[in-house]
Amino acid sequence: MFITYLRRELAGRRKQTAIVAIGMALAIALVIIVNAVSSGVQLAQATVLESVYGVGTDITVSQTPTAPTAGDTSGGPQRFDFGAADGTATDGTTTVSRSRLNATRGTSTFDSTALATVTAVDNVSGASATLALENTTFNGALPTFTPGTAPAEGATPPEGGPDGAGGSSFNVDSFSVLGLDPADEAVGPLSAVTLTDGRSLTKADAGAHVAVLDSSYATSASLATGGTVAIAGTDFTIVGLVTAASADAATAANVYIPLDVAQTLSGLTGQVSNIYVQAASSTDIAQVQSDIGKALPATTVKTQADLASSVSGSLSSASDLVKNLGLWLSLIVLAAAFLIAVLFTVSGVTRRTREFGTLKAIGWSNGKIVRQVAGESLVQGLIGGAAGIAIGLLGILVVNLVAPTLTAGTTSVAAAGPGGPGAGRGFGGAAQAAATSDIVLTAPVTVSVILIAVGLSVLGGLLAGAIGGWRASRLRPAEALRSIA
Amino acid sequence: MYELTNVTKKYDQGKRSVTALSNVTLTIPDGQMVAIQGPTGGGKSTLLQMLGALDRPTAGTVHLGEADLSRLGDGKLGVIRATKIGFVFQGFNLIPTLTAQENVETALAPLGLGHADRRSRAAAALEAVGLGDRGGHLPAELSGGQQQRVAIARALVKEPAVLLADEPTGNLDEGTRDEIMDLLEGLWRDRGLTLIVVTHDSAVARRAQRRLQIKQGVLKEVA
Ligand SMILES: Nc1ncnc2c1ncn2[C@@H]1O[C@H](COP(=O)(O)OP(=O)(O)OP(=O)(O)O)[C@@H](O)[C@H]1O
Ligand SMILES: [Mg+2]
Repeated sequence: MFITYLRRELAGRRKQTAIVAIGMALAIALVIIVNAVSSGVQLAQATVLESVYGVGTDITVSQTPTAPTAGDTSGGPQRFDFGAADGTATDGTTTVSRSRLNATRGTSTFDSTALATVTAVDNVSGASATLALENTTFNGALPTFTPGTAPAEGATPPEGGPDGAGGSSFNVDSFSVLGLDPADEAVGPLSAVTLTDGRSLTKADAGAHVAVLDSSYATSASLATGGTVAIAGTDFTIVGLVTAASADAATAANVYIPLDVAQTLSGLTGQVSNIYVQAASSTDIAQVQSDIGKALPATTVKTQADLASSVSGSLSSASDLVKNLGLWLSLIVLAAAFLIAVLFTVSGVTRRTREFGTLKAIGWSNGKIVRQVAGESLVQGLIGGAAGIAIGLLGILVVNLVAPTLTAGTTSVAAAGPGGPGAGRGFGGAAQAAATSDIVLTAPVTVSVILIAVGLSVLGGLLAGAIGGWRASRLRPAEALRSIA
Repeated sequence: MYELTNVTKKYDQGKRSVTALSNVTLTIPDGQMVAIQGPTGGGKSTLLQMLGALDRPTAGTVHLGEADLSRLGDGKLGVIRATKIGFVFQGFNLIPTLTAQENVETALAPLGLGHADRRSRAAAALEAVGLGDRGGHLPAELSGGQQQRVAIARALVKEPAVLLADEPTGNLDEGTRDEIMDLLEGLWRDRGLTLIVVTHDSAVARRAQRRLQIKQGVLKEVA
């Protein structure tokens, strides 16, 4: 009887069924689409961040940058010193090539004992230190200065261009180098990359002159596995190539080498520029962040959430839009749909006062009538839910077909010095420029979204059914005798 | 057998209190056919509610056999309605979305019968009121007289001891009225029911063995 009556009511009162179901369907479709786009945006953000900071990284620790002290004689990467005997002289021209390896501009280094301090903090499950460097190579041809024929006014430095004084020509090339602990693959930048050729760095590589290259950098610099790359004038054997896990994003550095070698070559012995920290669980992140901050007061400690706020561009606008407008819109529409379902159910019960009174008069229990009303609303909700899922999936399909492209920039979090393929990198002050990536937004359909949709339609149906059923249960059986006009 | 003792029913309407039944004492033996007449607002429907276990009196007792309807809880009254009492209403009160057959089956739903049993009993009840071939029709597809026949089948399908009818012919023309009264009278005679009919219509009342009149809540036998 329950099923027959339910079916007859829903089929016999199509308009009411349709209105409740359509309201529910629109709300649920909206929830599904907003949810999918939102996780798509999150996914895009995670991709951008992971490629720079590593997969399992919850927290990064870096030195708060300080202005260089006056009288610093170590010289910037833009300063090259040549002695008279340097270079090879041919036909009155001296060809020189000089390489320097320095800390990435904008970052400061700190003592690597901080790693032990971080590891000792409660609920830190893993930590790894890196040293972000920049290798700058000067290649040039200068007129040979013969002793004694120097201009009377003294040595005038070449003016910096092929057409400069004396017909000299030179170029400057730079790429980013990241020194990391080759034993540690779980935490840090190398955890986010995919090996495309050769092998990754291993424990045995400590102290060895081996390097792993970003494959797009390798392509642009015409380098390959088995060959060598010169870093600070030292040849490193290229053992492997990696790409960012997502084709859209850039990896953290162009070249990866063992940390100890990086420290020795750059003269930054015992120094690191970043520590990547993994917390034991996501609920510990706040505590770990604050404990590290206390243990290392001179450092900047950032969580993934802080890092996410560093993602800029249309990706971050999309994220804000989804978070604010999308969330509120779907909540409002959902509330309206629930309200419509409740109002229609209650008005349906009122309209059927005599019907329910009659059923009570012929012996139907309250429970039986409540079940009937609740069953009707629940099925209306489920019909709406099913339609909503269909409309929602269609909407997601449209989003994925349109595939809007978002740009994302990770602006300077004084971290790993994100570097795209080095060829086009500015020389000078622009070293810390943001890495921009274009990310195609894909809205993933997850089981949880479908479950949420089903759950919401059940919830809406039960809510309306509970209120309507409560109304029906309060009707007196004597209503059956109410005279009709 | 019904035994009503000093039954009073008052309705509170804000500050005013309406006495719909005043000190009604009445005995109805099993198998009797009784007509209740009276002016509008006299208390006929209220009395029927007391007899039908639809409501409890403000004072007094209502016995149906052993059960005291004035003291039982809603659940127990529901069970008595489901098993012992059949109702026929002036407005037929069929469920518009259900077919004739399904409407009759609603009376069997509280009894926990099997599906097949329910179907065959409902079909037999429709046969008994002369609508064996109309089981698949919706109420809107039936005439008033036919709808009231379906309602009578619904009231009798559970084989109750008592059949209560409130103006069963009030919405029907004279010809149909007589058909329905013939049907009710026949069923009453065949099944040994207690049949209590509330009516304005003297032609209907004249068919009964016993006639009662109720005016301003006070009950009187009509000679
Ligand atoms: N639920 C109620 N609440 C308040 N007053 C009621 C209620 N039901 C009936 N009454 C009042 O009780 C009195 C008796 O009503 P009842 O319905 O029994 O009359 P009736 O004889 O059946 O009249 P009719 O011939 O018009 O059907 C009337 O004054 C009516 O207004
Ligand atoms: Mg009445």
